[in-house]
Amino acid sequence: MPKPRIALTNPHDLSADFLSLTPVQKIGVAIQELLIEKGIIAPDELSQSINLIDMITPAQGSRVVARAWVDASFKERLLTDAVAACLEVEIDIRPIHLIVIENTSQIHNVIVCTLCSCYPRMLLGLPPDWYKSSAYRARVIHEPRTVLQEFGTHLKGHTQITVHDSTADMRYMVLPIRPVNTDNMKEDELAELVTRDCMIGVKIPQLPSDFSAV
Amino acid sequence: MNARPKFTKGDRVVVRMLAPQPHTRTPAYLHGKPGVIERFCGAFENPEERAIGKSGFPLTLLYRVRFFGSILFSINKTCEVDIVEVEIYEHWLQRDNSHAKT
Amino acid sequence: MSSSAIGPHDLAGTLTDSINTKERELDFWEKRIDALYKLLSDDKRSHINIHEFRYAIESLGVEAYTNHNYYERWTLALRNLLIDKNVLSELEITQKVQEIEDR
Repeated sequence: MPKPRIALTNPHDLSADFLSLTPVQKIGVAIQELLIEKGIIAPDELSQSINLIDMITPAQGSRVVARAWVDASFKERLLTDAVAACLEVEIDIRPIHLIVIENTSQIHNVIVCTLCSCYPRMLLGLPPDWYKSSAYRARVIHEPRTVLQEFGTHLKGHTQITVHDSTADMRYMVLPIRPVNTDNMKEDELAELVTRDCMIGVKIPQLPSDFSAV
Repeated sequence: MNARPKFTKGDRVVVRMLAPQPHTRTPAYLHGKPGVIERFCGAFENPEERAIGKSGFPLTLLYRVRFFGSILFSINKTCEVDIVEVEIYEHWLQRDNSHAKT
Repeated sequence: MSSSAIGPHDLAGTLTDSINTKERELDFWEKRIDALYKLLSDDKRSHINIHEFRYAIESLGVEAYTNHNYYERWTLALRNLLIDKNVLSELEITQKVQEIEDR
């Protein structure tokens, strides 16, 4: 039986990267080839799935936040039924169950999955290594103020911090506070202020002029 | 047919100390701790059963529960968190009738 | 009242390590594993579900957290699940690794 050579759209084909892989990583390659040989997965399905990974960004989440900033009634709908509100702006995240949590002047929210790495990828893009790390998962749940300082975020002393642990079927996104002095900004300009880390809750949206030269 | 939710927003509950399971989504820091129902989230397949090859039916009911950080983390750990909100399945919860002052 | 961790993955309050906030793109091998999990658990195949997958990762034990990184744990969990469910055999995986090395 001929051994199929797997052609993928990625320029790094299997044999090129194989030699640099660890033993466990090599198992991943073997699993891929076997699943394709057995017809369980088609090569183009795999390529497509990998391409989708390359394509997802926090842009959809940013767009939802910007809309909530400019439209108070949309914001209320977002906080009540986030999935339905996303559909209004043509973002279909089903079957994900989403809860959007609003930051206020009194309450700052942070998201974690202490047990693994649950996270709304369709809105926030891929989770960063730190979100999935043992250190973040272990620490932010009980010392969020110190963790936020490690991200350069310093909250006022009287701010209440709520940490949301994504233990089961819900996924979370923080609705940050709209920065001051943004009244003249258009919705798409506002969206650019909303980074992934703002929607996890470890950062606060900054105006470009707030970025100090390092 | 789904069961009716046993709890509603505002109910005081305590997380039960169930026997160890092969797989569960109720972390140890919650076991035995008192909290308040923040919302009912709906009915879902039981993850503890789905993890070990069972059907996950009948569906199990899920709640978000709110806890004071100081109740969860006061011993041997720093506690900077005011409120922790977590999702917990109904069979892990019982009504808190203790009326203990916090 | 306290309770011991429900598994090696139950990390709340267990570490004081600093958090490495460095950003990077996933390596290709990681995207491959991510994609394989997505496909194996999709409606078309339903070979595995998220709960079995999480349980399989948890079952790798404490050493998996110290000796392997995130997507290596995914790889081992997928491997074990596929063997348990008779989708692939341990022998054919071993042989395939050898065969690719020999190319």
